[in-house]
Amino acid sequence: MGHEVRIRIKTLVMILAMVVCANAGDLMLKRGMTHIGAVQVSASGLQHAFISTITNGTIWLGIVFLIGFMASYMTVLSWADYSYVMPAGAFGYALLTLLAVVFLHENVSPRRWVGVVLICVGVLLVGQTRPRTTEAVVREVAA
Amino acid sequence: MMRVALLLAVLILGSTGGEIAITYGMKATGEPARLRPREILLFLAQALRNGWFWAGVPLMALSFYSLLVLLSWQPISFVIPASALSYVVGTLGAKYILREDVSPARWIGVVLVCAGVALVAAG
Repeated sequence: MGHEVRIRIKTLVMILAMVVCANAGDLMLKRGMTHIGAVQVSASGLQHAFISTITNGTIWLGIVFLIGFMASYMTVLSWADYSYVMPAGAFGYALLTLLAVVFLHENVSPRRWVGVVLICVGVLLVGQTRPRTTEAVVREVAA
Repeated sequence: MMRVALLLAVLILGSTGGEIAITYGMKATGEPARLRPREILLFLAQALRNGWFWAGVPLMALSFYSLLVLLSWQPISFVIPASALSYVVGTLGAKYILREDVSPARWIGVVLVCAGVALVAAG
């Protein structure tokens, strides 16, 4: 396998891991917080909310996913361009809309569909550029 | 109006500035030899010892707090689409600070993503 192809494949795998972890993490946090209920902004209310959150398994699972997101983001940025990874990660927004339609049967406005199409076309355009363009800078920094 | 624009600038510059600092730190750390869990963990531990990573964290925290304050002033349907501008600002930072080669195709893609995220977030 060529060097370029290998970089491209491992970059796409890490971006997929980022998107999955970020979406799963947000979903778990939302589930957990919905279970806990609306937080009252008072000394006893905040104390109660704090204890409910740190003893909630779903919240911890969400935090683990979000740490997974940060870990995959940092790892992919060690070799790929920021200007490649950042827009490509927006694929998550499009994915979230599709999941909401398929699994939650949510109604999606035409405006939001246009947004999903723009994101997909944009990510495809960014995706076919070279994931890494800063070979020289990396050597300079490492030296 | 003025304070909203100012806070929006802090939000966007904080998140992109923080991510650029972290990218710089990651590039300076090198890269994991193989993508095995053990090697990735060792690599990340090494990255946490890089000063650029810790320069990025407070910037991102600043950005997060400005988001919270903005959300208390403006509807979310304004705040999130407006913050989608960070895709364009981040790409400018990647080009001029990180010296990445942003080809025309990548620029067009970034602008489409920015517009798309704004539309999706506006609902």
